[in-house]
Amino acid sequence: MAALEQLEKEYDAARRDPEFTAELDDLLKNYAGRPTLLTEAKRFGAHRAGGARIMLKREDLAHTGSHKINNVLGQVLLTKRMGKTRVIAETGAGQHGVATATACALLGLECVVYMGEEDTRRQALNVSRMRMLGAEVIPVTTGTRTLKDAMNDAFRDWVATVGNTHYCIGSVGGPHPFPMMVRDFQRIIGVEARQQILDQAGRLPDAVVACVGGGSNAIGVFHAFIPDTDVRLVGCEAGGDGGGRPYRTAATLGLGSPGVLHGMRTYVLQDAEGQTLGTHSISAGLDYPGVGPEHSWLKDAGRATYRSVSDSEAMEGFSALCTTEGIIPALESSHAVAGAMSLGRELGPDALILVNLSGRGDKDVATASAWFGV
Amino acid sequence: MSAVTTAFTKAAAADRAALIGYLPAGFPDKATAIKAAIAMAEAGADIIEVGLPYSDPVMDGPVIANAVHRALTNGTRVADVLDTVGAIASAGVATLVMTYWNPIAQYGVDAFARDLASVGGSGLITPDLTPEEAGIWPEVSARYGLDRVFLVAPSSPDHRIARITSACSGFVYAASLMGTTGARSAVDSSAVGLVERAREHTGLPVAVGVGVSNSEQAAEVAGFADGVIVGTAFVRRLGDAISGEGAVSAARDLAADLAQGIRRG
Ligand SMILES: Cc1ncc(COP(=O)(O)O)c(C=O)c1O
Repeated sequence: MAALEQLEKEYDAARRDPEFTAELDDLLKNYAGRPTLLTEAKRFGAHRAGGARIMLKREDLAHTGSHKINNVLGQVLLTKRMGKTRVIAETGAGQHGVATATACALLGLECVVYMGEEDTRRQALNVSRMRMLGAEVIPVTTGTRTLKDAMNDAFRDWVATVGNTHYCIGSVGGPHPFPMMVRDFQRIIGVEARQQILDQAGRLPDAVVACVGGGSNAIGVFHAFIPDTDVRLVGCEAGGDGGGRPYRTAATLGLGSPGVLHGMRTYVLQDAEGQTLGTHSISAGLDYPGVGPEHSWLKDAGRATYRSVSDSEAMEGFSALCTTEGIIPALESSHAVAGAMSLGRELGPDALILVNLSGRGDKDVATASAWFGV
Repeated sequence: MSAVTTAFTKAAAADRAALIGYLPAGFPDKATAIKAAIAMAEAGADIIEVGLPYSDPVMDGPVIANAVHRALTNGTRVADVLDTVGAIASAGVATLVMTYWNPIAQYGVDAFARDLASVGGSGLITPDLTPEEAGIWPEVSARYGLDRVFLVAPSSPDHRIARITSACSGFVYAASLMGTTGARSAVDSSAVGLVERAREHTGLPVAVGVGVSNSEQAAEVAGFADGVIVGTAFVRRLGDAISGEGAVSAARDLAADLAQGIRRG
């Protein structure tokens, strides 16, 4: 597709252009609030993670409440550079949609967000936020009415509107150059965190833990640590409620097989005939049957490992962080929190673990209230 | 020579464009789809494209996406697609499969080509596959005598058109709307330029797809292209019909109407 070639060319020129990178750096610092903090979670580590020392990378404190803003600011600046006036996006949890609506408001661009109908229901707060910010939110009623279907409709829009429209993909998925470009925009998480943990703990962590939906916050925090081969990289996928049953999980790397989805060759949750399977996760942002191709590569190369965290484990992580640290994590991030709890118990009290807290949980209070019956 | 090439040659000899009709296997049900396709051919369609239903049809508009979803919900499998192709081809109709790539990759490119050839299918139209990513498909298709049809679009720069057309056999599929499939009321003018640009790079027939829904538009496209591809309009008729018989006759009527338009074009 010609639009992809154009994007690749423009991105390549932009990242070498000091004016572009200076503008992006300025927005990241003075608008998004970077660098985000690195917070030691002392009570959480002592009481809930086997005594391990846990450091939280606070992407929840970035403007709009998640890491998604890092990527969006980059892509929206690129949209302006390409002379396009309209931005479309898919969103699951609504965090990418909110970030996109925010950046479009800031730069005066038209914004349309596709969101599965199921997700508009469970992430209603973010639907309101997007609308306040001036974006049009289109509920998607095809297929499983979740993230994958929102992405399908965004692609359909884009092929018809490429002349004036940029498709701002929210994770490290989709056709080239998206996985590489989004990775580059999210790399800053790990670059900052690596220096911060050296400053605050005096050494590199034993493990870096992140949740994996499409994989953007995970690749963002992992990337700077890839050459540090003593640092374990641990991705936490949504295990859903199913103990490995198809349709009741979204653990793509654990249970999927190599295939093609949304223009990328990667692990896919699919049946024997290549039909994508429906997925389930309590967290809308992880409820996706594919994963960024770089994670497939890291898994096959053995550089990163991926574990499945169930809905109930994630909710336990959610509650643990709320009550020991006074931080309400997003349900997506709660999968990483739960992963750190079991990893801390496995590695013991000498371990130093960096957890990417990808977002805050305001959007999830209704789901959590229903879960805990409060 | 493939059945598809023969169909184009025959149409050209009669000084007209070829009519190519699309419908997904298993919609509204397997038997009706087969009967409808044969009826379309009897009424003047030269070539039939059988869609292989896929869970994530991002290149298709809502009419086809919904039809395909229903076909899958009805339990349509790859074996049913091959049965469908076999039934249509054995009625003497040139028949291609239009498919997203993942089902073929999972089935095995070689195995699918073998099984398609053995039921009399003529080749594959692959909307989400680029020649660069086609892997062993060019070699395998040549071995089984199958056609490879890739798509060009108005947004394709000339170097892409050169690359894509040189990878095709049978014909070149020119997607006339910049968008996904879905019948529009006016034929997009960029189709004319696209056909001209494609012809600078290939001697293959160039067929124009996505957008035609009535005989006037068919006549217009037939005036500048070697083939007129109609999908959404057929699928809509099939979906609107209240019985299997009604669906078959609706498809037959539309094919007859379009075939007339093409003879005026
Ligand atoms: C807070 C948060 N974390 C993580 C994700 C998952 O996306 P990714 O795997 O691309 O980081 C989302 C997606 O909606 C999210 O909102």
